[in-house]
Formats: sequence, structure tokens, C-alpha cells
Amino acid sequence: MNSDNASEDNASINILYFASLAESLGCECESFNLACEKVSVADLKQQLAARGEQWQRLINAPSTRCAVNQSLAEDEQVLASNDEVAFFPPVTGG
Amino acid sequence: MIRVQQGDFNITDEYQALLTKNDCGAVVTFVGRVRDFGGDGIPFLLQYYPGMTENVLASIEKEALRRWPLLASTIIHRVGELNVDDQIVFVGVSSAHRKAAFQACEFMIDVLKTQAPFWKKEGAHWVDAKDTDQQAAGTWLNSTKD
Repeated sequence: MNSDNASEDNASINILYFASLAESLGCECESFNLACEKVSVADLKQQLAARGEQWQRLINAPSTRCAVNQSLAEDEQVLASNDEVAFFPPVTGG
Repeated sequence: MIRVQQGDFNITDEYQALLTKNDCGAVVTFVGRVRDFGGDGIPFLLQYYPGMTENVLASIEKEALRRWPLLASTIIHRVGELNVDDQIVFVGVSSAHRKAAFQACEFMIDVLKTQAPFWKKEGAHWVDAKDTDQQAAGTWLNSTKD
């Protein structure tokens, strides 16, 4: 989470990916700059989906769940600097 | 009490920990074990989301305590590499009477299976979620007992 240009205008969040999602996307975590204010989970998903077919399919899959700061989040939730956002597939513990 | 750990657990110790001094008329425990899904005995990897997993387990326990008159409760889930027949999860409760204990124990494991962030991987294959688990949890969650 150490960004090189840590200016105050540059709000960044940390994104985590788990299990099959992390494997298919080839990414377990990344720091992501919120380009503007009032970025919602839906906006973030749209930006991630634009990275390619695989991202589009997995991030927008109805079964993919999203958590913000370790609580399940809806698409409308607005993100703030330093938030921890996580995407993961349906859980299979127990 | 919530524990997420790599190591095994001892059922006798966990049973003892659920006993309270007064009015402990019923103890119900559940142990989940690793099944050989592929029939080839390949080890399992259990991944979790440190922080959120503990939070979700704690909220499941809290909801059980709200719904039933429990004296003590325990949820233990193992993570990391596990083999077929290993113990993977423990849910235990104590109460004055058996009905509350049975129901609370079943509630906790049913909800855990669909809400707690754990993922099983068998060899190179991530295990798929089951609709029957969703239905079992849904039955409890749609009945918001006051």
C-alpha cells in the first residue's frame, strides 16, 4: 500500500481478490486510485470490468460478492480513501 | 468463542469448555470433517479472509445468542492444508434444555457455510458452492426470530 506519489488529492483504496477469483484474474491485491470523488462500488466494478473480457465476466458475475472494510457491500456504497475493498466467489467453508 | 486456526482441535477439551456451573442441562456439538470429493485423497487447501472471517463468525455467534438462551458457544474453523478425514470445523453450544441447543448449533453451522469467507480448494480445483447450503441457511435467515 505504499504509493509513490502520495499526494492528498490522490485518494487510493486497497483491493483484495480471493480464491478462484484471484487465480483467474492473476491478482491477489492491488492499490487503486480513485480518479474522482464519490466513486461507488458500481463505478469501481465498471472500471475494473473495462480491463478485459475476463475481468468483465468475473467482476460482474451475479455470484461475485463485494465487501468494503470487511462487511458485505451493495453497489450503491460510496468508497473513501484507504478503504479495503474485497471481491470473492461464493464461500465454501464448513 | 471464535477461533480460526491451522491446528487440530480436541473435542473433549471443547466439550469441557462449554460446561457451565449452573443449569447446563444440554450440550450439542457438531464436527465437520473433510470428505474425499474427488475420490483420490488429494489434500485440501482452506483459504480465508483474515479479519472479515473472524468478524462474520462473531456475528453468527452473536445472532445465535440473541435467538436462543445459550450458556456458552464455540465456533472453531481450521485453515491451511487439510487432508481427507481431518476435522475442519467445530460448533458447540450449551443451554439449559436440548431444543435450544440443537437449534442454535444447526443455525450456526448452516449460516457459517454460506456467509463465512472460507474457500476450499481440492488439488487445482476450487470447490463449488452448493444450492442446498444456500437453502438451509435461507430457512434460518428468513425467519428472523425476535
